[in-house]
Amino acid sequence: MAAATATAALAPGQAVRVEEVGYVEAPIRAFAIATAFWGVVGFLMGVLIATQLAFPLLNMDLEWTTFGRLRPVHTSAVIFAFGGNALIGTSLFVVQRTCRARLFGGADAGWFLFWGYQFFIVMAALGYVLGITQGKEYAEPEWYVDIWLTIVWVAYLVVFGGTIIKREEPHIYVANWFYLAFIITIAMLHIGNNISIPVSLGSSHSYSAPAGVQGAMIQWWYGHNAVGFFLTAGFLGMMYYFIPKQADRPVYSYRLSIVHFWTLIFLYIWAGPHHLHYTALPDWAQVLGMVFSVMLWMPSWGGMINGLMTLSGAWDKLRTDASLRFSVTAVGFYGMSTFEGPVMSIRAVNGLSHYTDWTIGHVHSGAMGWVGFITFGALYYLFPVLWKKKAMWSEKLIAWHFWLATLGIVFYITAMWVSGIMQGLMWRAYDELGFLQYSFVETVAAMHPYYVIRALGGVLYLAGGLIMVFNLWKTVTSSPALTLEPAAASAIAVAAE
Amino acid sequence: MFRWLRDHGVIERNLVLMGVLTLITVSIGGLVQIVPLFAVETTIERVAGVRPYTPLEQMGRDIYVREGCYLCHSQMIRPFRDELERYGHYSLAAESMYDHPFQWGSKRTGPDLARVGGRYSDDWHAAHLRSPRALVPASVMPPYAFLDRPLDYSDIAERLGALRTVGVPYSEEMVANARADLEAQARPDADGGAFQSRYARARQGAFDGDPGSITEMDALVAYLQMLGTLVDFRDVTPAQLRQ
Repeated sequence: MAAATATAALAPGQAVRVEEVGYVEAPIRAFAIATAFWGVVGFLMGVLIATQLAFPLLNMDLEWTTFGRLRPVHTSAVIFAFGGNALIGTSLFVVQRTCRARLFGGADAGWFLFWGYQFFIVMAALGYVLGITQGKEYAEPEWYVDIWLTIVWVAYLVVFGGTIIKREEPHIYVANWFYLAFIITIAMLHIGNNISIPVSLGSSHSYSAPAGVQGAMIQWWYGHNAVGFFLTAGFLGMMYYFIPKQADRPVYSYRLSIVHFWTLIFLYIWAGPHHLHYTALPDWAQVLGMVFSVMLWMPSWGGMINGLMTLSGAWDKLRTDASLRFSVTAVGFYGMSTFEGPVMSIRAVNGLSHYTDWTIGHVHSGAMGWVGFITFGALYYLFPVLWKKKAMWSEKLIAWHFWLATLGIVFYITAMWVSGIMQGLMWRAYDELGFLQYSFVETVAAMHPYYVIRALGGVLYLAGGLIMVFNLWKTVTSSPALTLEPAAASAIAVAAE
Repeated sequence: MFRWLRDHGVIERNLVLMGVLTLITVSIGGLVQIVPLFAVETTIERVAGVRPYTPLEQMGRDIYVREGCYLCHSQMIRPFRDELERYGHYSLAAESMYDHPFQWGSKRTGPDLARVGGRYSDDWHAAHLRSPRALVPASVMPPYAFLDRPLDYSDIAERLGALRTVGVPYSEEMVANARADLEAQARPDADGGAFQSRYARARQGAFDGDPGSITEMDALVAYLQMLGTLVDFRDVTPAQLRQ
């Protein structure tokens, strides 16, 4: 079923040429380290703000450590720092290998992207702590940070596209379609949602060009597609390279890849208004958002099927390869949250779920389960390859990471299902005399045990992340090196490729 | 099966073609949903009373944005019976038409604030912001005692000017008098005639309880106290609400 393109990345016999191409790897090693580093920072911030909601004393009476200022630090750290470094790093790795071409612009271009992107992260996070924000979720960085990111992003498109143009392969591999759609669409969304006028050139503050209802629509066009293209399309690119590599099988279906790709990117863009059900957004836009969100279920599961079925004939590897277990479980979580999402986008369901923790739980099953796990799987694959090691230092610690993180997610999302649905029901509960049964603060007090359980889930997930960092560190410093004996060189290069 | 599937090889051999087709594909949904909101007149109801924020309220709003209040408080009441009883009339698009950026929010860790104006006294707000759990023991809100510091409003005229650039109907006169209007609103004993003539239904007061100095607390409380108060729903007809 798989056609030439799908197997191109896997075909043996190219090993000699692979060595001759001389891939740029040093900046990718830096991206891999940054991914692990920012992951732990982001998880730590998550645990902190989750605990603040259970124990508000932890706001520490300081303006810089309030929930309101730290929450964007958490979201940006996990989405843009952890996720972004993973995406840029793996895309530069994948595009060179699947095109059999050295990175366009060479190592210098790679280093510019690396440091340029880290500078963006640090500038944005410093701003949040100091109260510099645009006040739009996931688009908090102010105008000067936005301009800097635009420069870095255009450079990224040039480096990525330039490498594809230089390719030795006739076809562009499917992973690169998704990476390319991610880069192009994020550029469109980032520019579209950040049009604003600074108070003055010396001021860090700006006012967004659209207001009110139009501003809301543009923000959630952006916000939902930050999910759709940053956290989904980009990571699907990762799935389409690393799962076939780890399973040593070609992608299940080439046709499904095509249908899944075009329908996914077409439908996702329409889904934004489901964040605005029953608001002052006109009904026609809400209904469009709902209908397309429900349709989105199909291409999402098309992608899931393509990822999972790639394991046909290699399911036994799940028992022995803990990093593949991460990647495959990630696809499972992807399937689960892309089913839950369409359900929540139905207006009647959304009337209950909106404004509650159910949304928080939903996004975390996607973020921790899908984005996190597919990234962990990729890191466990990449570290031995990038540092020329035989294998990860400890397979056992990968398994520990896997089970701790999985347990953490289960704690997290079940706590949020219960608290979200419970709070939604409490808000609309009436007593026998026809009065609202609960004051608002009673519904806050009722959340306390679930916030504690959620924080505990976060601690488990963070603990898994720390184990991963330790294991990666030991792999770089202590794992036996991959020794290339002349006779075996080409075979090993294929394995390590 | 589908003929174009067999021809997909053309697209996947050509980076520029693939990029352009991708850009077209991802543009359609946004164009259909966003452009009409600017063009269709019924997007925003024609109700009376909505005016631009006073300089002090706008400074308060900017503090609201700075502190990330929108991460726990929505400003968007939905047309449900329980929300009507808990918060008041459902929110209109017109009520946030001068909000740059909008602050509808997506999560209610705390209650909706779209109509919090006038529900509590200024003193309650100031005391609650300083120490939420002193008034509401089960609250999980962070304390904001640090807002009792002088408000830096040196660039208030520039702020109003920037807002005018993005479409808020501040007049030349409003921008020129921004500083004086801000000071007049924060001082209950000042002569507010000129200020009142520029901003209908604006209230002067010592919002933080201390008329002597203008603090960030003054600005934030002034903003909270006007939220949802501009439209008088006794005057609104169902025809005006048609969207």
